[in-house]
Amino acid sequence: MVKTSENNNEKFIRFLLIFASVISILTTIGILFSILFQAIEFFQLRSFWYFISGTEWTPGRQDSQFGALPIFAGTLMITFLALLVAIPIGVGSAIYMSEYASRFRRNLLKPILEILAGIPTVVYGFFAALTIAPGIVEICESIGLDAAYNSALACGIVMGVMIIPVIASLSDDVLRAVPNSQRNASLALGMTHSETIRNIVVPSAMPGIISASLLGLSKAIGETMIVVMAAGLRPNLTWNPLEDMTTVTVRIVDSLVGDHAFDSPDTLSAFALGLMLFVVTLILNMLSLSQIRKFKAKYKVNTL
Amino acid sequence: MSNNPFNDPSLAGRHRSAYLFKWFTRGSILITLAFLFFFLFDMVRTAYPAMWQAQVKVDVSYNKKSARLSQKAIDKKYRKIVSRAWLRTIPKQLEEKPELMDTTVNQWVLADDQVDQYLKGHHHKLKPKQIKVVEELKSKGLLELKWNNIFFSKGDSKIPENAGLLSAMIGSILTLLVTMFIAFPLGVATAVYLEEFAKDNWLTRFIEVNINNLAAIPSILFGLLGLAVFINLFGMPRSSPLVGGLTLALMTLPIIIVSSRAALRSVPDSIRQAGYGLGLTRVQIVQDHVIPVAFPGILTGSIIGLAQAMGETAPLIIIGMIAFIPDSPGSIFEAATVMPAQIFTWAGMPERAYIEKTAAGIVVILTILLSLNAFAIYLRKKYEIKW
Repeated sequence: MVKTSENNNEKFIRFLLIFASVISILTTIGILFSILFQAIEFFQLRSFWYFISGTEWTPGRQDSQFGALPIFAGTLMITFLALLVAIPIGVGSAIYMSEYASRFRRNLLKPILEILAGIPTVVYGFFAALTIAPGIVEICESIGLDAAYNSALACGIVMGVMIIPVIASLSDDVLRAVPNSQRNASLALGMTHSETIRNIVVPSAMPGIISASLLGLSKAIGETMIVVMAAGLRPNLTWNPLEDMTTVTVRIVDSLVGDHAFDSPDTLSAFALGLMLFVVTLILNMLSLSQIRKFKAKYKVNTL
Repeated sequence: MSNNPFNDPSLAGRHRSAYLFKWFTRGSILITLAFLFFFLFDMVRTAYPAMWQAQVKVDVSYNKKSARLSQKAIDKKYRKIVSRAWLRTIPKQLEEKPELMDTTVNQWVLADDQVDQYLKGHHHKLKPKQIKVVEELKSKGLLELKWNNIFFSKGDSKIPENAGLLSAMIGSILTLLVTMFIAFPLGVATAVYLEEFAKDNWLTRFIEVNINNLAAIPSILFGLLGLAVFINLFGMPRSSPLVGGLTLALMTLPIIIVSSRAALRSVPDSIRQAGYGLGLTRVQIVQDHVIPVAFPGILTGSIIGLAQAMGETAPLIIIGMIAFIPDSPGSIFEAATVMPAQIFTWAGMPERAYIEKTAAGIVVILTILLSLNAFAIYLRKKYEIKW
């Protein structure tokens, strides 16, 4: 008698635990469907092909057009600038921490990187708009160039700093997981320390570094506050990073903050852009995970 | 040198490149550090003036006229010097203290933001005539920068000298209470299920892949989920801490799950086997022996998740938590704003006086986040068990 009641109790608790785990699946499904349905509604109103290939983005008008190409281009430009800053500095920092730094310095540097990772993005945005962007305008003026106050360059630099900790801490973990026997073998053959790092350690850790960079890329594409505060609103198809550009996330925020009816194409366009964002970041995360799995399988590490 | 058989002519170059490479890596960490310190220095420097607020000592005449048109309470000469926000409180003051009627009180009152900015040496819009009055008052010691007690005691305001962080702080607390109330039990339960109970089948693997993906989905998409599901489908009140808290809870969930799993995994199997040896059931072992040992680790991860939820802005903008909220919300169903959203709103204000308020808000939120993280690290160090 006692036994059965205990069994029922156990079953009940187990059921509760399974229920909790399923919430995470429900969240993903919820995100996917809440975006998908509205996006489908949008594509019933406006052409899908024009959305991904058109160059005119003119919401809020009678004959509004939604060609998102300049928005995608702006996103890619700012992301590219961010990675240009973050990959060399992030990987360089990771190499210093894992290969050169003493135990004491490493223990000091890791928390500092964690501080950088913990700064809210709205703070980075304010810093980009208040300090970095006017600084860039001044520097450009002094060398005779014309820069906008909401230039893509300012956003790119600050966003790059934001993803340095993402790239550095994952790369650091991967570099440290490379077995010491490889380093010792290389040093025994007469390679210098830096040659060992460049020719042996970094190539071995490459899948992990690629995975970290992909994760940084996905973070940069989905980043919202920095670009909302420091980038432009105007879709602008250009190669010049000193001009203002807009990004997918800026347009999502802009079209949902205004007072449009919920089923107007203006509001629904946010969900179409959100769908693109979801698909792209999902693919990047999958690629990133598969790279790190490759590394784990090769060196049989479980700590990553 | 040339007859030394061990001499390698390329060695000098190789050492030089080794030296350069070491400096490249050292340089990148130095750039990161330099940025962090420059950034913190810049924020504190910008925020510093917000500690003080200009106040002016003037005659305030309380009478029937000034009760109706509060500007009349101040001599015409000083009218522009006094804050409009303070003038608006005159009828309320009379209501609270009727004995003030028909008296003239010489007292310190809040000064206008332009006067405040002039005294701090920032850009201002005072006219030459007003500057003369300000200088005259200043030389008499009737106009001073005093300790700013409004910042933590008042809510948002469209008048910069009267704007404070209080309503946003209360909004943040309510929102995060909802977040932790949902995310902590769900996250720990999921981690316990995956670590202690789940068999290695398709459902388990699917949940694991899902959690990994959820952790990397851009936060703004959680805002779209909140808008479409919580507000439009379930009809929850827009801008409320309830919706904000639920949205943030879903975002915090993966962080809590991952760190709780790591904490549970670090509990040695010998504890579980001892429990089985004594005839305990699996639930009893987990509940009475595994979770208590793993609890500090679980708590650490949850605090870090809480800190992250606290700084999140993008999804809250989507669900409307950037509304203008002068009064603190009384419950989780009322419209509210949170600290990072308040920072965002102030950053977009045209008046110069909001810049220092924004930076001050940033210093406050960074202080809270750093203390939370430091507390988490302290907990981890204190209760770390080496098996």
